[in-house]
Amino acid sequence: MPKDGGIGAPTRRREDYRFLTGRGRYSDDIKTQGECAAIFARSTVAHGTIKSIDTSAAAAMPGVLAIFTGEDFVEVGGNPAGWLINSRDGEPMKEPKRPVLAHGKVRHVGDAYAAVIAETVQQARDAAEMIEIDIEEHDAVVNMKDALAGTTYVHDEIGTNQCFDWGWIEDNRAATDAAIQGAHHVTTLELVNNRLVPNAMETRCSIGHYDTGTGDYTLHTTSQNPHLTRLLLSAFVMGIPENKLTVIAPDVGGGFGSKIYHYGEEALVLAAAKKLGRTVKWTSDRSEAFQTDAHGRDHVTKIELALDEEGNFLAFRTETHANVGAYLSNFSTATPTFLHGTLMAGNYTVPNVYVNVKAVFTNTAPVDAYRGAGRPEATYSLERVIDMAAREIGMDPIELRRKNFIKPDQYPFASAAGLEYDSGNYDALMDQMEKVADKAGFAARRAESESKGLLRGFGVNAYVEACGIAPSNLVGVLGSRVGLYDAATVRVNATGNLSVMVGAHSHGQGHETVFPQVVAEMLGIDPGSIDIVHGDTSKIPFGMGTYGSRSLAVCGSAVVRATEKIIVKATKIAAHMLEADAADVEFKDGTFSVVGTNQSVSFGEVALKAYIPHQFPIEDIEPGLEETAFYDPANFTYPSGAYCCEVEVDPETGKVRVNRMTAVDDFGNVINPMVVTGQVHGGLGQGIGQALMENTTYDSDGQLLSASYMDYAMPRADDLPFYTVDHSQGTACTHNPLGVKGCGEAGAIGSPPTVVNAVIDALQSGGKNVTHIDMPVTPHRVWSAMKNAG
Amino acid sequence: MAKVSMTVNGTSVSREVEGQTLLVSMLREDLRLTGTHVGCDTSQCGACVVHVNGKAVKSCTMFAVEADGAEVSTIEGQANADGTLSTIQQAFQEHHGLQCGFCTPGMVMSAAALLKDNPTPTEGEVRAYLDGNICRCTGYHNIVKAIMAASGQDVSAIAAE
Repeated sequence: MPKDGGIGAPTRRREDYRFLTGRGRYSDDIKTQGECAAIFARSTVAHGTIKSIDTSAAAAMPGVLAIFTGEDFVEVGGNPAGWLINSRDGEPMKEPKRPVLAHGKVRHVGDAYAAVIAETVQQARDAAEMIEIDIEEHDAVVNMKDALAGTTYVHDEIGTNQCFDWGWIEDNRAATDAAIQGAHHVTTLELVNNRLVPNAMETRCSIGHYDTGTGDYTLHTTSQNPHLTRLLLSAFVMGIPENKLTVIAPDVGGGFGSKIYHYGEEALVLAAAKKLGRTVKWTSDRSEAFQTDAHGRDHVTKIELALDEEGNFLAFRTETHANVGAYLSNFSTATPTFLHGTLMAGNYTVPNVYVNVKAVFTNTAPVDAYRGAGRPEATYSLERVIDMAAREIGMDPIELRRKNFIKPDQYPFASAAGLEYDSGNYDALMDQMEKVADKAGFAARRAESESKGLLRGFGVNAYVEACGIAPSNLVGVLGSRVGLYDAATVRVNATGNLSVMVGAHSHGQGHETVFPQVVAEMLGIDPGSIDIVHGDTSKIPFGMGTYGSRSLAVCGSAVVRATEKIIVKATKIAAHMLEADAADVEFKDGTFSVVGTNQSVSFGEVALKAYIPHQFPIEDIEPGLEETAFYDPANFTYPSGAYCCEVEVDPETGKVRVNRMTAVDDFGNVINPMVVTGQVHGGLGQGIGQALMENTTYDSDGQLLSASYMDYAMPRADDLPFYTVDHSQGTACTHNPLGVKGCGEAGAIGSPPTVVNAVIDALQSGGKNVTHIDMPVTPHRVWSAMKNAG
Repeated sequence: MAKVSMTVNGTSVSREVEGQTLLVSMLREDLRLTGTHVGCDTSQCGACVVHVNGKAVKSCTMFAVEADGAEVSTIEGQANADGTLSTIQQAFQEHHGLQCGFCTPGMVMSAAALLKDNPTPTEGEVRAYLDGNICRCTGYHNIVKAIMAASGQDVSAIAAE
C-alpha cells in the first residue's frame, strides 16, 4: 500500500516539470516539415447576405496554395447540437445548419466566410485581405427581447429567432402559479447573468494532416475531448470514417468549456490537408478567440420566490431568456435547460419549482457551456432572490437558508426540479463556513473599514450543482444525442509498470498525477510506476472527455472498474503460480498470498508470468494483463457548498474590493487535496471576475466592443485576494466507487452571488437602499446605484 | 532580411530574419524554443516574458533585430545545469502555482525578474508586479504564494495544502 502518494495525499504534480522547464507540447508548438498555414477571412459585419466573393486577386498573391469558401462545403454536413430540446408545445427546437464556412449569409462578427492556405502565415494573412466580399448588410439582431419581437431573422429559413420555449417541469406550472398567487410574501428580482468569454490562455489551434499513402487523416487540436471531436467530424460534418481519422489533443492550455466543442476550423484544416497533400496549421490569435470561441452565460431572468409567514419557501418561478448566439454550439441547448432548470430548487425543500427558458438566436458569437454551465446561472438567480427576500422579511440571510435547507436525514432527496440528490449536509457546510471565515469577527472588521471611510459587507451563498456528467439513460430521455459514460484501459506491462489509457483529458486538472494515486492505492504499488495516457484517439478507449466536473467521478470510476478486473485476473494467475485455489488467494499491499500460509507472489511476478506464459493454463486464462472498463454513472453527483465573502466599497468611487473569500465545499471523498484546492481557487478567480469585472459587450450593430485584453477586464493578481478553501465536510457520493463528486466548477458557481450579496450588504450598511446591481458590479454601476438611491 | 546574433540561454546563435520578425517568433519558430508562449496580440498577457540583458521583456513586443547582440534567457534556461528545478520553479511545483502550464513560463520569468530587484516582496508587491501576467487557471493564490516562498518567506499561514 502506498504510504504516501495514494488516495488522500497532496502529491505534487508530475506534469509540472515539463511545464516549468518550457517542455510542454501544446498544439502550436508542433512544427511539421512542409507545413503550410491557414488564415480565415472573417466578417466585419454582424449580419448580411453574401452577394459575391471574389478570390481571384487573393489567389494570385505570393505563396497562396488554395482558397476555400462556403461553396466548397455545401455538400458536407453541419456542426450539430448535441441535445434536442422540445418546446412546451411539443415542437422540437429549431436547428439551422451550422456550416464549416458561412454560406449565403454571415451571422456574427468573426463568422468565417473564406480560408486562405499559403506557404506562410504572413502570406496567408496578406492574401486573405485581398479577398473581395460583397455583403448586403442587414440590421443586427442583438438584444434578445427585440429578437423575439422583430421580423429580422438570424436564420431566414426558420422564420423566427426563437430556438425553443422550454418549460420545466410543465406539469408543475399550475401548482407553482397557485403557490405564488396565494403566498404571504413574494420577492421578485430581474437580473442579468453577464456574458463572458472563457479566455483559456492558449488560443485554439488545429493542424490537419493527410497521409496520401494510406488515406488516413490526423488532426492535432486544442480539445477537451478528442473522441467527441472525432465523432462529430466523422458522423456529422466530414463523413471521414472514424478508423481513418485520429484526433490528438496534446497539452492544452486551459479550456473552461470553450474547447469542448467542435469548430469549423478543424474541418477546414482537414479538408485543406487532403486537397493539398500537405500539413495545414491554423492558430487563432486573441482577437479571433474573442470573436469566435463559444461565449458563456448571457441570461436575462426574472425570478420570484414565494414564502409563508415563517419564511418557508413555497415556490420558485423563473422566466429566462438565454442567448444562444448565431449558431447552435454542441452543448448550447443543454446548458440553459437541463444544466440550469433542473437545479432551480437549489439546496432547499421548496415544494414548487417552475422554469421557463426561451432560447434566442442573435447576431453574436455562439454561446455554450463555460465553467459551471447553467449551474452558475441557477445559483445566481436563487441566491440573489433569497438574499433579497431575507432583507424584505427582516430575517438573517443565513437563518433563512438554514430554515429551508434539505436536512441530512432526508437523502436521497427528490428535488422539486426533478433531480434526486444522493447525499449532502448543508448545515454542516454553513457551520464550517461561519467558523473558518470568522463570521463572529465581522462586526469588528466592519468597524475598522468604516473608520477608513469604507463600507464593508458580508455576503453569503449556498449552492448545489449536478456534476459527474452524466447518466446516459437519464440524459437520453432528456434529449441528449450522445452517451456520457467514460472509459479506461489499464495495461499492466510485462515488467510490472502500468499504462492507463483514459477518455478524460487533462488541461490543467492534474490527471497525470491524480489517476495514478487511485490505481496505486488499489494495487499497493508505487504511483511512479503508473503513467496516464490521454488525448489521442488512436491510443485511448472511446471516452467522452473532460467537462462538467466529470473526470474523476466518471472516468476515474472506469479506472477503478478496470483495475478491479486486473485484480481478478491477476489473482487467478497468482493462484496458478501458487498452486492454490483462487478463492484462497488474498491480494494486499501488492502481494498475492495463500491465506493461512507464508506462500506469496508479488504483483510484478504475476505481471511477468502473464506475458511469459510458460507452464500457463491457457485453457483457463488468457495471457496478458490488460483490461478495459466503460463506466456509466447511475446518477449525477451533487457537490454543494457554503461560501461567504467580505467586500469593502469605497463610497466615493464605487470601487469594490474583495477582502476575504471563503469556500467550504462538499466534494465527497478527496483524492488529492492540493489539486482540489487549486481547482476551487481557479473557479473563485473566474467567479469574482464575473461578479466585478468581466463583461462581453456588443453594440446595437453587433460589433464586439470587448475583443481584446485592453477592453475585456480579465482579473489580474492584484484584483483578487488570498482565499480560504475548506473541504473537510465531505459526504461521500453514494453511487460511484470512489465516493467523489467533482470539484472543477464549484468556485465559479458559488462565488458570483456571494460577492454581489456582499456588495448589497455593504451599501445597505451605509444607509443606501440599493437592492440589486447587475454584474459586473463595476465602480460606475455601484456609484450610479448609490446616487440613484439618494 | 537581417542577420541577428545573440546569446540565448548561454549559447551563441545567429539567424537571418525579416525586419518585422518579433523576438518571440524567432525564439519559437527559428530556434524552436517553444516554452515561450503567445497568449494575446496586445502585449497584455505576459505568456511571452523572457529576459533581455537581465530585464523582463515581453518578447511579442520587441523585434528580433532589437535584440541583436543581447543576452536572452528563456524558460528553457531556468533549470539548474543538472536538470533539477531552480528555486522559483521548485516553489511553483511545491505550492501548485500552475495548472494548464500555458502562462507558467511567463510567470516564472516575471517572478525571477521581481526577486532579482526585490528579494523579499510583500504580497501586495507580488500582486502589483504580476499586473502584466494573466493566469486563468489558478486565481493567482498559489502563484503569489509560490513567489513569496521562493523568496524565502514563510508562507505556511497563507492556506492549507
